[in-house]
Amino acid sequence: MNPKGRPAKPEGTLILGSGALQIGQAGEFDYSGSQAIKALKEDGIYTVLLNPNIATIQTSDGMADRLYLLAVTPEIALDIIRKERIDSILLSFGGQTALNCGIALHECGLLKELGVRVLGTPVTAILDTEDRRRFVDRLNEIDVRVARSIACGSAAEARKAIGEMGFPVMLRAGFALGGKGSGIVRREADLSDALQRAFSGGARQVLVEEYLGGWKEIEYEVVRDASDNCIAVCNMENLDPMGIHTGESIVVAPSQTLNDEEYQLLRSIAIRTVRHLGIVGECNIQYALNPGSTDYRVIEVNARLSRSSALASKATGYPLAYVAAKIALGHDLPEIPNGITRRTTAFFEPALDYLVCKVPRWDLTKFHGAIKQIGSEMKSVGEVMAIGRTFPEVIQKALRMLDIGVVGLDPDAFEFADLEQELRNATPRRIFGVAQALAKGISVERIHEITAIDPWFIRAMQPVVSTFARLRESKGAPLTPGLLREAKLLGFSDKAIDSSLNLPPGSARTQRQQHDIRPHFAQIDTLAAEFPADTNYLYSTYHASVSDVEPMTRRKVMVLGAGVYRIGSSVEFDWCCVNAVRTLAELGYETIMVNYNPETVSTDYDICDRLIFDEISLESVLDIYERERPDGIIVSMGGQIPNNLAMRLHRAGARIFGTDPTDIDRAENRRTFSALLDELGIDQPAWRHVTDASSAESIVEELGGFPVLVRPSYVLSGAAMSIAHEPNELRQILTRAKRVSPDHPVVVSKFETRAREIEIDAVADRGEMVLWAISEHIEDAGVHSGDATLVLPPQSLYISTIRRVRRIASDLASALAITGPFNVQFLAKHNHVKVIECNLRASRSFPFVSKVVGANFAAEATRRMLGVAGAGAVGSLELDYVGVKAPMFSFGRLAGVDPMLGVEMASTGEVGCLGDDLQEALLSALHAAGFSYPTKGVLLSLGPVEDKYWFADEARLIHEKLKLPIYATGGTAEALQALGIPCTAVGKKPGDGKSAMDLIDAGEIDLVVNVPRDYDEYGRPDGYLIRRRAVETGTPLFTDLQLARALIEALWLKRGEARRVRAWQEYLAPGRNRAGSL
Amino acid sequence: MKNETKFRLELEDGTVARGTGFGAMRPVAGEVVFNTGMAGYVESLTDPSYRGQILVLTYPLIGSYGVPAPRPSDSLAGPFESGRIQVQGLVVQHYVATPSHHASRRSLGEWLNDEEIPAVSGIDTRTLTRRLREFGTMRGWLAPDAMAVADVRELADQRDMRSGIFYEVAPAEVRRYEGGSLEVLVVDAGTKDNIVRSLLARGASVTRAPWHCDLAPLAARADGIVIGNGPGDPKDLGPLIAQIRALLGRHRRPIFGVCLGNQILCLAAGGDTYKLPYGHRGVNQPVRDLRTGRCYVTSQNHGYAVREEALPAGWQPWFVNINDGSNEGIRSVDDPYFSVQFHPEASPGPQDTAFLFDDFLRLAGELKA
Repeated sequence: MNPKGRPAKPEGTLILGSGALQIGQAGEFDYSGSQAIKALKEDGIYTVLLNPNIATIQTSDGMADRLYLLAVTPEIALDIIRKERIDSILLSFGGQTALNCGIALHECGLLKELGVRVLGTPVTAILDTEDRRRFVDRLNEIDVRVARSIACGSAAEARKAIGEMGFPVMLRAGFALGGKGSGIVRREADLSDALQRAFSGGARQVLVEEYLGGWKEIEYEVVRDASDNCIAVCNMENLDPMGIHTGESIVVAPSQTLNDEEYQLLRSIAIRTVRHLGIVGECNIQYALNPGSTDYRVIEVNARLSRSSALASKATGYPLAYVAAKIALGHDLPEIPNGITRRTTAFFEPALDYLVCKVPRWDLTKFHGAIKQIGSEMKSVGEVMAIGRTFPEVIQKALRMLDIGVVGLDPDAFEFADLEQELRNATPRRIFGVAQALAKGISVERIHEITAIDPWFIRAMQPVVSTFARLRESKGAPLTPGLLREAKLLGFSDKAIDSSLNLPPGSARTQRQQHDIRPHFAQIDTLAAEFPADTNYLYSTYHASVSDVEPMTRRKVMVLGAGVYRIGSSVEFDWCCVNAVRTLAELGYETIMVNYNPETVSTDYDICDRLIFDEISLESVLDIYERERPDGIIVSMGGQIPNNLAMRLHRAGARIFGTDPTDIDRAENRRTFSALLDELGIDQPAWRHVTDASSAESIVEELGGFPVLVRPSYVLSGAAMSIAHEPNELRQILTRAKRVSPDHPVVVSKFETRAREIEIDAVADRGEMVLWAISEHIEDAGVHSGDATLVLPPQSLYISTIRRVRRIASDLASALAITGPFNVQFLAKHNHVKVIECNLRASRSFPFVSKVVGANFAAEATRRMLGVAGAGAVGSLELDYVGVKAPMFSFGRLAGVDPMLGVEMASTGEVGCLGDDLQEALLSALHAAGFSYPTKGVLLSLGPVEDKYWFADEARLIHEKLKLPIYATGGTAEALQALGIPCTAVGKKPGDGKSAMDLIDAGEIDLVVNVPRDYDEYGRPDGYLIRRRAVETGTPLFTDLQLARALIEALWLKRGEARRVRAWQEYLAPGRNRAGSL
Repeated sequence: MKNETKFRLELEDGTVARGTGFGAMRPVAGEVVFNTGMAGYVESLTDPSYRGQILVLTYPLIGSYGVPAPRPSDSLAGPFESGRIQVQGLVVQHYVATPSHHASRRSLGEWLNDEEIPAVSGIDTRTLTRRLREFGTMRGWLAPDAMAVADVRELADQRDMRSGIFYEVAPAEVRRYEGGSLEVLVVDAGTKDNIVRSLLARGASVTRAPWHCDLAPLAARADGIVIGNGPGDPKDLGPLIAQIRALLGRHRRPIFGVCLGNQILCLAAGGDTYKLPYGHRGVNQPVRDLRTGRCYVTSQNHGYAVREEALPAGWQPWFVNINDGSNEGIRSVDDPYFSVQFHPEASPGPQDTAFLFDDFLRLAGELKA
């Protein structure tokens, strides 16, 4: 104990990360973990991070002293604790994953034995919040009302509880993340299914709860230090009332419909609760508030950093995660300086003079069979936050930020077959349904009656809806400055105005310039201008009369962020952007970051010189550009959203750093790119444009018949990309693709089966390739590169193939005069290489290759784009170790979805692990993505005949070496038995004798290999029920034959070997890595 | 077309901002001050400390939850802090004309209209606040834009901010609120109703006396005295200061000052007060208790502060503002006299320091026994 009576400062601290991004646990934990590392390092503490998420900032060089890219499990954490000088551990910065791992560590008693202190909120307090029974008891002690809740350990107990409570009830799984397995049960008939879902995946506890549908949902973020100083940093109100998970809700901050009495009532209860529970650090408290009185219920308390706390941080400018980490280290709030004002301390409550609106983004259409309704389970994959001064301004901004092709809160954005159904059973499009209902003249009261959305929000949408109508009615008439100004105040984009009035693009912008109608930039200063604050965190608004700050005066560069996370674009691009900004700062430039995603590190105000939290659109980027006059813009680090602006920004006269936008365009346009490949003598799969179904079949003939790959040009991550095996399928795909993108013609190309897929990530300088890394996919071509398991350096390619790949990339760099990042994807079959895609921007795998190779591709690309020369050419084949990147799927949270992989990307995150050989790295990576080693039995269900034989060796290994019983479905069982491999035949369908599903449920099968070929009567690939049951129970599932083979081989070769934990720094230690010798 | 009246806000430095009028359509003048709270406009508008001032709210959406039904004239019911709107005028960024709240019975505009208070929306209140911050609190005029500047100057309603203001906000006569056995005298120079409600809720009986009446006989019967908040410059309350000074050293029961009461107590004890460059007006002001080190978030609304370095002998600082280091409370070393610059009664704002009423009454009970 030191003089202040506080425990001594820790010397070595282990931080648990959150692992791969998944639904319910995403980029926000890169933000919180990164801030924690910063806080620890400032205090001079030896910092060790356990997190296999290789795409994050927190797992970057220069962050933690030691980084372990391994699964976040108690066993691995203990190995690290024993190996490193660890005397303390942080559990609350890595989401539910870290918290659950921490609880397990605590419960096994080894933390105590090893003398490791849990910093921050004690585990007993965490358990008070996680275990429902304890939670209710603890809150009852201080007369705080909680939703009536009965914790049940079995389905029978749950039925009894429901009997007491009566329908409807809310079912929730205890200790779960993102409301997994939860749902409203309205009647007896739905009960069995609901209970099965809730208890699936081994839930220890299921809660039967009082149903509070229609109550307001309010959250507070509370911070408390060890000296009992306590503040409520922010409150938030959900537009979607109780019944829709807060992660699925549109949320505003601060609350809008609460008066001071209610605001303070809930604030006081929050503080009372947090004190009583003994939270030390940050915590989130959720309430249901009766809209007709001041009756309330505490729904839950999250004793850790959360998605809401990340949102609150960005909404207020208060760095919650950093402060929480400082508190965990024993600092008190009034001692911690306020980094945003640089004058005050962390002990204060931000006053907002703006409001923010968060809207989730869903990608449900990417999943076949997904239930479209949203509810108490989280399904969204990303979110955006808009800042402004009125609700119309923020909701319109936010909806555009989603990048779903809408110009704002457009009542005509979508067609609804049954509008009332849409309003009643919310889908991701409900907000547009509300707008449409208003446009149709349905009253606010009626809409409120159906949706339970507070009339305040519905009414606030009315002027937007009527202005859309006014604009559309005055088609052809000139745009008056008055109407233009009014529309801008209501958050209309120039594009929305142009398109509503049928004016050519750019008309509204020209008019705005003539009449000097433009946005101003206001500071987020946490104190509503009460004191002067030196803050660099800005947003734009048409409601300000002047800007708070002058343009920066030195050499400066603007970096466009990645925007909303979605399937195919997430934290990896944020890593690229943050590295670009840091590199620019090293080069002596002032930096301007533009991004609007609250779950990112790039939107931390201390990352750049000026953070503009706003849209990444042509309009907003030009508005900023014209005001700030930077030396230029970097568009190639944030993925497709900024990259797609390159050409238009260029035409508008903005300077783009790196590859000339006309060359970017050449590579993006399939026709010109194809011509270029022909010219360079580079092979490509044959392809044709198809605009109508009638010509499709003859075109397929020309290409050499089915199967064919169908995709539109200009899309990211295989949106609307499919494989058609026969004409009917092709017609269906065409219709679907046209709906998504009617303007861009569809491209059909020959689909190569049983080909290898290879990628090169590279940096070029004026046409010369200066840094590159070649990776191969374990899966055969046909699995989207984002879903594939990547190996770096390649382990199975011919040297001549590798040479050819490098040659082609180098030729392309030269032909397109590339300066900056690029990525090329190849097909290889029998040593013959074809180019399938080329992107002149940073790719999804940049952080992976950078961290495996030990060379920062994003930083190097940035230097080259700014004209700074570097060392000579560096390649990456000569590594003494292997890196494997594995995808993380969230199928378990998406009811009904078929967990099959295809050309459309479906993974929500990734991990990357290192090993001395492919097998070690692969097992580590799969383990980190949730795979557990089979000990009971393996189910094989292999569709195509040849697959059954391809897999024969592995089946034999399972039987002879792994000594695991094999269960197999019909044809597979016969084939295996014919080969003399013993196995038990099981049915594919329920009631089909002893079915595969029964065995999965009984826990007798703990590994499923299912490679389907045929389709069932619903058009789903065969074996749907098996796959579904596997993901619902968390049983490892492999649907790709090559990956399954690699897995079995690795299990065989590594069986009996002791687990080793080795830090990233140990792999990359000097002398081990000979990158550069090429 | 909507029937909108253009309104104009002028500041004495020549700043002019135009917006749309809501509420009464008459010209007013007053000191322009801002408040950074995000909720609580009903409480603020009725807070007598704002008497004579034009209030600027920095939160951009105002009116969202409407206004409750008017209370009967003899009622103390919240969220009202007095029987009428006290501000001269109201300036907001965006007025929400149709409220949504179960307790709302009328819109903010209707209420302002009923009480003949003008208001303007469509003003960039952040930029206005920055101006007030940089140039200090200024005098301003709020009027229909059609009205000529000279007419506004001549016709604008304004309050006498020196001594007249204190007669306006104080009750006409002594009032008694029956409660429990402890007798508390509340000295009212614009005291918010929630100070009285806070005492009653804790089981005290309250005698609420205007500051200008003869306090000595009332004080003699009281188990404790609260000197409440109020508007203006405390030095303009010479007679009250003198009355309190007469009690100091003789009165053996607790005296508790709140806001203006803090300044009065300080001046009565021989200390000094000064005008802050820009006042503290919000619900997020952090203060530290110098005895315990504990910190609290408080509600504040004051333009003057106690000069800590000029505290008389026998007095010590109690609370300090963490943001700017200004004094937030003082206490007597030997006597049961203490006061705070912030509002423990909150309304609007956080209730974290409501325990001060408990402490005050506990001490009053102990000293009575």
